[in-house]
Amino acid sequence: MTKEIICTVCPTGCTIHVEGENKTITKIEGFSCPRGKLYAENEFISPVRILTSTAKVKNAKTPLVAVRSKTPIPKDKLFDCMEEIKKLELTAPVKRGDVLISDVCGTGVNIIASGEAF
Amino acid sequence: MYKIDCDVCVVGGGPAGLAAAISAKQNGAENVLIVERDEALGGILQQCIHPGFGLKLFNEELTGPEYYGRFVIVAKELGVKTLLNSMVLEVGEESVICINSEHGVCEISAKSIILAMGCRERTRANIMIPGTRPAGVYTAGTAQRLINRQNEMVGKKVVILGSGDIGMIMARRMTLEGAKVEAVVEIMDYLAGLTRNRVQCLDDFGIPLLLSHTVVNIKGNDRVESVVIAEVDENKKPIMSTAREIECDTLLLSVGLIPENELTGKANIEISPVTKGPKVNQYMQTSIKSIFACGNVVHVNDLVDNVSAESKKAGAAAALYAQKKLKSKAAITVETGENVRYVCPQTVIPADEKVDLYFRVMKPQKNVIITVTDGDNTLLTRKAIKVNPGEMEKATVSVKDISSLKVSVKEA
Amino acid sequence: MKADVLVIGAGAVGTAITRELTKYRLNVICVDKREDVGGDCSKSNSAIIHTGYDAKPGSLESELVVAANPQYDKLTADLDIPFKRIGAILPAITDEQFAQLPEIKEKALKNRVYDVQYLSKEQILAIEPNINPEVKGGLFIPRESIIDPFIYVVAMAENAVANGAKFMLNTEVTGIRKDGDRVIGAETTNGYIEADYIVNAAGLFCDEIANMVGKFDYTVVPRKGQFYILDKNTGCKVNHIVLPIPTKITKGKLMTPTIDGNMLVGPTAEDLPDKYDKSTTTEGLDSIRADVQKLIPGVMLQDTITQFSGLRPNRNPEGLNIDVYDDVKHYVNLSGVRSTGLTNSISVGAYVANLLREIGLKMEFKDDFIEKRKGIVCIRELSREEQHKKILENPLYGNIVCRCESVTEGEIVDAIHSPIPATTVDAIKRRLRAGMGRCQGGFCGPKVIEILARELKVDPKEIRKNNSKSYMVCGKVK
Repeated sequence: MTKEIICTVCPTGCTIHVEGENKTITKIEGFSCPRGKLYAENEFISPVRILTSTAKVKNAKTPLVAVRSKTPIPKDKLFDCMEEIKKLELTAPVKRGDVLISDVCGTGVNIIASGEAF
Repeated sequence: MYKIDCDVCVVGGGPAGLAAAISAKQNGAENVLIVERDEALGGILQQCIHPGFGLKLFNEELTGPEYYGRFVIVAKELGVKTLLNSMVLEVGEESVICINSEHGVCEISAKSIILAMGCRERTRANIMIPGTRPAGVYTAGTAQRLINRQNEMVGKKVVILGSGDIGMIMARRMTLEGAKVEAVVEIMDYLAGLTRNRVQCLDDFGIPLLLSHTVVNIKGNDRVESVVIAEVDENKKPIMSTAREIECDTLLLSVGLIPENELTGKANIEISPVTKGPKVNQYMQTSIKSIFACGNVVHVNDLVDNVSAESKKAGAAAALYAQKKLKSKAAITVETGENVRYVCPQTVIPADEKVDLYFRVMKPQKNVIITVTDGDNTLLTRKAIKVNPGEMEKATVSVKDISSLKVSVKEA
Repeated sequence: MKADVLVIGAGAVGTAITRELTKYRLNVICVDKREDVGGDCSKSNSAIIHTGYDAKPGSLESELVVAANPQYDKLTADLDIPFKRIGAILPAITDEQFAQLPEIKEKALKNRVYDVQYLSKEQILAIEPNINPEVKGGLFIPRESIIDPFIYVVAMAENAVANGAKFMLNTEVTGIRKDGDRVIGAETTNGYIEADYIVNAAGLFCDEIANMVGKFDYTVVPRKGQFYILDKNTGCKVNHIVLPIPTKITKGKLMTPTIDGNMLVGPTAEDLPDKYDKSTTTEGLDSIRADVQKLIPGVMLQDTITQFSGLRPNRNPEGLNIDVYDDVKHYVNLSGVRSTGLTNSISVGAYVANLLREIGLKMEFKDDFIEKRKGIVCIRELSREEQHKKILENPLYGNIVCRCESVTEGEIVDAIHSPIPATTVDAIKRRLRAGMGRCQGGFCGPKVIEILARELKVDPKEIRKNNSKSYMVCGKVK
């Protein structure tokens, strides 16, 4: 498998070419700094993203409260996690940092409130 | 009329206003008041639920609500006062008039004023897209508000014009919520927003980015039924032989932001024709000495961290002004050299201090040398691998005893 | 449902006829297929109250327009309609145009427009410095005026309602019933309306109504007009309606202030087959630029806040016609009420009332006709003291929803609950200007949807921009 990865570590945006299978990298080129190399390796082996969305909240001034994954989760789990977030029916007050779903979709990551509702 | 007295009055409670108010307090202003039109503080960050904020300032990746949340806590601790649900109608040298449901017309007198109203989105008319005028044409920020604050989905099949950050972020947001984003169309031959957003908002979800393309027609009498897109030539003129129709129910526009300059203009503050915001010096002081300005109302930033940094300066200077401690001296105009569209601040008062010059280039360029000169005297040279109009650059120089200032970007 | 007179079409003309008939002891119903009054031609035009100086002398159109113009001072004062007599200037830029001036003045005299004056180059540039300095001289037509066309129709309709008329919107006429050689009622999408007399004021669709009574003597040929609206702060403005000297082919493109202080530039004149095609085109917009620059070289079209197009309901064969027929009794047919329709609507109303009397309608004057109508309070136009008082009376007047035009929640709620209720985003916009400013609803749009849904007690997904298919949002995110 080969991947062209655009580095997002700094504004330069190097295109880094990575070859390998599953979690083994056989060839990597096009990076111009060690941070970029590390980024591309991670992107190749197990890309992760912070997921942000909103959740329904009752008895609050606003219909929604902003939520996020506390830390990045595997990219291929984004839509599964969205389904779980969709099921949330919160009741005010919700405080910033409240854990709303623990270990979402077996990722070991919590979904927390990033906004507030009261 | 309802009368309020304060030392520093901050117009707008978004990231700029919050940072400015905090800084004014910290620099000795006793009575600091934020006037905010929304029902809560935070400004546009309330709807910016995505991550990417605070990387510079806090060295961690925060969402919009988390970012402003930190400022709100500090502001409260310091005793910054707020007047919510209040729209400012007029700004004078030492007065601000706003209206508010509870108090009616409020006349605020202040020793100094900080403008922090942010910016607004450019519309369909600004870029003159012909076609019908159906429902379903939204600016990206308007759609973002409807989706993230009002819980209303704007459409299911979407084309986005403009590769600005909000447009790309909305592409991801709508995709995650079940919409199909058919394409992001960009008239320039380069990305308008940050590369990180291209990767995480478009590439991650297989959303096509069509550079050197634009929307040439909108169809549908009632709701958007389709848009016609076409490639553009080097003069940005559509090549009609390349036109193709994309069926969709929504067109989102992410075609740029303009400082909210109505109040600024009405107050007869000098406005820069390039940034469309007030001209300021390094203290973020406008052509009216008692009025300061910061954040996107001055020039549109791409990182909120920069807004906070700049607003901190405005807050400090406004506090000093209110205490009659800000010295006023003749300023020199910062010149824009090769490939520099604008520099903010536009003027600098020579002083024994370092000044951050924020600037944007006119066109993308690789392997460049950024220089700041005072006549024949070079104050700074710095290499950059790449510069891009979408990403603001900064040059920090000492401005002691300078007689001129010029920022240039040249090929290395 | 039963009416003495059924008026089909609630545009400027239909509404004026309806209002005129409420001066008599009559049961009048006005139907329109759209969701709001003035929803078609009457909303998309140059918003000028003409004098008729350039009409065809001796024509019905000339008679009606010339008679209409002087009535607007009292009418707009009575009904609280924004109106200004700013006057029009016709600058002659070329020698050829200069030579045409006497002919134009002569024609004005024939139309009994006696107050047209010559202006010298210096006079023109003194009052209108942005006009092309090549100007040789020109004409001044003092009574050419500007009006708020949306409020005009709304005010006329509201005044008609106050005097007992009934408006049925979202009601499309699908057929007309006859008994022998007279009409007796109309089938509509809201049921059958029995009517002693029927007036066809359906504008763009008047030929389709005529067909329903068996008349096929003309067809509507929509003539599209594209316009630009420029920001109030644009750097190049005019103080008068600046009209080009007409050529044999076209009346040309003008630039004028609107009643709210924006600049209106246009229109094109394109004959089209499609009554629904209100799109703007690059060619059309470019042609406006090219033409208007000849008059006002410094015009700044980059300051545009919107572009729109409207359709004039021209007809083939051409001409304004108001017809009654021997073989279709109890029926009045209007057609070819084109660009002068907004102006002449007021005199068309009286003309049609007379015709109805002539064809047998019994008309008894009411002595309790209400002549005045008050519009929704406009908070932005009040003094600070008055604003303060208003807000203390009703806190909703203290909540500004549209920042560009300073429209408050209180005004929006008033419009939703007014005699002709504003139930769509566009209806709010036309009555109050919310969304008509430079951000074009970017800021207030979501709030207007919220307020409409709350006041009408429906889900936001039921809220429309204008007609039934123009939904704004499509359901909840979560």
